Amino acid sequence: MVRIGAFLVGLFFAGWLLVSFLMGAAAYISEPPAPTVEHEFHLAPKHVDFSFDGPFGKYDKAQLQRGFQVFKEVCSACHSLKFVAFRDLEALGYNEAEVKAIAKQWAIKTPDVDPKTGEMTGRDPVPADHFPKPFANNVAAAAANNNAIPPDLSLMTKARHHGSAYVYSLLTGYREQPAELLKKFPDAKTPEGLHYNPYFANLNLAMAPPLTAEGQVTYGEGQPKPTVDQMAKDVAAFLTWTAEPKLENRRTAGLATIIFLLIATGLAYMSYQNIWADKKKKA
Amino acid sequence: MASVETTETEGLAGEDGVRRRDFINIAAVSFASAGAVAVVVPLVNQMNPSADVLALASTEVDLSSIQPGQAIKTTFRSQPLFVRQLTPKEIEEADKVDASTLRDPQTLEERTVDGKKQWLVTMGVCTHLGCVPLGAGEGENKGEYGGYFCPCHGSSYDTAARIRKGPAPKNLEVPKFSFTSDTAILVG
Amino acid sequence: MGFPWAEQYAPKHPLMQWIDEKLPLPRFVYNAIGAGYPVPRNLNFFWNFGVLAGFALVIQIVTGVIMAMHYGANDLVAFSTVEQTMRDVNAGWLMRYAHANGASFFFIVVYIHIFRGLYFGSYKAPREMVWLLGLVIFLLMMATAFMGYVLPWGQMSYWGAKVITGLFGAIPVVGEPIQTWLLGGFAPGNAALNRFFSLHFLLPFVIAAVVILHIWALHIPGSSNPTGVEVKGPQDTVPFHPYYTAKDGFGLGVFLICFSVLLFFAPNFLGHPDNYIEANPLSTPAHIVPEWYFWPFYAILRAFTVDFFFIPAKLLGVLAMFASILLLFFLPWLDTSPVRSGRYRPTFRKFWWILLADVAILGYCGGAPAEEPFVMISQVAAAYYFAHFLIILPLISRFEKPLPLPGSITEAVLAKYGATDGEAAAVPAE
Repeated sequence: MVRIGAFLVGLFFAGWLLVSFLMGAAAYISEPPAPTVEHEFHLAPKHVDFSFDGPFGKYDKAQLQRGFQVFKEVCSACHSLKFVAFRDLEALGYNEAEVKAIAKQWAIKTPDVDPKTGEMTGRDPVPADHFPKPFANNVAAAAANNNAIPPDLSLMTKARHHGSAYVYSLLTGYREQPAELLKKFPDAKTPEGLHYNPYFANLNLAMAPPLTAEGQVTYGEGQPKPTVDQMAKDVAAFLTWTAEPKLENRRTAGLATIIFLLIATGLAYMSYQNIWADKKKKA
Repeated sequence: MASVETTETEGLAGEDGVRRRDFINIAAVSFASAGAVAVVVPLVNQMNPSADVLALASTEVDLSSIQPGQAIKTTFRSQPLFVRQLTPKEIEEADKVDASTLRDPQTLEERTVDGKKQWLVTMGVCTHLGCVPLGAGEGENKGEYGGYFCPCHGSSYDTAARIRKGPAPKNLEVPKFSFTSDTAILVG
Repeated sequence: MGFPWAEQYAPKHPLMQWIDEKLPLPRFVYNAIGAGYPVPRNLNFFWNFGVLAGFALVIQIVTGVIMAMHYGANDLVAFSTVEQTMRDVNAGWLMRYAHANGASFFFIVVYIHIFRGLYFGSYKAPREMVWLLGLVIFLLMMATAFMGYVLPWGQMSYWGAKVITGLFGAIPVVGEPIQTWLLGGFAPGNAALNRFFSLHFLLPFVIAAVVILHIWALHIPGSSNPTGVEVKGPQDTVPFHPYYTAKDGFGLGVFLICFSVLLFFAPNFLGHPDNYIEANPLSTPAHIVPEWYFWPFYAILRAFTVDFFFIPAKLLGVLAMFASILLLFFLPWLDTSPVRSGRYRPTFRKFWWILLADVAILGYCGGAPAEEPFVMISQVAAAYYFAHFLIILPLISRFEKPLPLPGSITEAVLAKYGATDGEAAAVPAE
């Protein structure tokens, strides 16, 4: 009985799947799916080298500081960084006093309650505070930015495939919409208020090119020239750190763990061979 | 334990063979145990205060609104903190006592900042079992020594918040603090 | 339990004797995974994966209890408490990555364990109950993993919860009320998050209980072995301890090395970037996929694109997806061949390899976007999956001519290693 029932159920499922397949295949041949503009013009992130690439790479603190400077002077006007606290900046090589000064001078205030009136007000951030958000809420953010909410950047490089390269590519990828695209997809013209960028998933991005000119940010003595390319790379590195601040601890701990495990497993193998010695006599 | 027994009884390979065999088994088990112990460290450590909790370990207090004889209750490390401006009379009372006769001998000088003797900053945590003593709020019972009084088990503290009567073993704790200006202190 | 020649527990130390009289727990352990459990002497490394699965469960429970200490099951804070664990809690990143990747490793190990059982016929009499309980564990694991993935409240968490509970919506008449009841609302929200957290905490302990039943059921007939020939006498077995504890110890080391490589050097490799975006009920990710271990089933779900008369394609997909797991419960009665091991079943063995490739293809298609040609490929692959278990296996067991079986386990071992000095050593010394 079980086998007869199974046979019928199997025949039904397998049969109907094959029927679906044939119908799908027929449709596929008679009307091949039309190529989409994203399919044809979206680009994978550019190749870019970072100091933290590879299993043993480390962050370059000077680069993270430059990236932080770009974030501070360019990105932070619109984008929040809500999972990062000022105190975390010590990992970039700033000392306690510098972190305190950075927090105190931050352009956006931390929301607080006035101790006398009980009304909402702002105060200078302290190192224990997370980076304050530039907009009070999503409605305010959308209203100020042509209806597009600037996403939080704390986890951006982990929230996209090949995130570090993605941020770099996006920042350096703005260009005129190719004529070839418009010829092939006349309806796909970039709408008013959006900007063409082939590294963005749907090709048209609300954010205007944020890094536009060499020297937009002034780097300190002995640092590389602040070209658009360099700034994009630095801020991509900084956002990699904000997304994965424990990367170096993780890799160090991993190396120690794996070395330990290799030795332990080696010993376990010898022990295993020993215990089985009289059960497995090779010919 | 059973492994040693079994290998001993089954080890037919002679004296040297048995020893080598045991050595490797013991080494493997010891090494693995050391690893297991190492793993316990992060498992235990994760319960310690996290970085965000530690970062909140300092509090700024504005003193400008505290009149002589008044006290305020605020929080430091999620615990009550008492900040009191002593009146000259209270200072005098505190100084009158011979510190060496006290349960926890300390003078008011030792418990305040030089030259700012009127500012008494203490934790609002009774050193007996951690209740919040009365005396910081307007009209609260200050106990028979005019400082603080813990209603849980009746510990009385004097005007320098030193233990004078009751079960508490120590004076109210004075946290580390410093003046950032004439009218503000930073605790922690 | 076990064979008459099993070693007897005889504690030497008076304290152990005292405990044994009052509560024979040491004896129980001794007979379960100690020297008191005689095991076929010819188990290969694929037999390590049962113990490894148990170890993976322990990793999940330990790291999971710790994650719960830092987690806030509220839709407003869930995402940020997980991030806080990653950033501020001492070794929090380690706990979180170990828990997330531990789930993947649990499934890897269990899938190998299941395919080992399929190849060597471990589901056959007298071990049907072991197989059935194993499937119960597998179902519980899937439920636990699904609910656990919702907890970080990222985009994939949210939309995964929505899509999977939406499956129940396919049931005629009662479907939508059931979906609303499961979620405690009309879409995933705080109510759903809290109940998923509660159940996600509970189910692993239920799994642990069923694991004990699974091992209990295993000890009644004793472990199977690669030849599929039953144990005939003491010369065919060795005591579990120290022989298999040593072998499992080595296997565990290899497992932990693989786990550490992923955990410390590519912790997000098996995850989806979208889950690092906070849940947003107003915007669906471009391409929703479950975690990789659900991909084969997800492919089956999506393979049904055509209504069958009055049955809508959506319902068919749901039925087929559940059927693809439920049919495994009937496996002991579908495969009627008296020969267990695929080693001696030439036709069965070929189809086993085809099944393995088929499931891999289904997995690949399940993870790919719902576009052609992946849908067509998964239709063919899903058709084979059902045909394999429901049509092909019963037919093979009827018509296949098996190869000659070895007379006993020992005979098979001797054929492999050759009989040299003193095979008497195979008889336990005590």
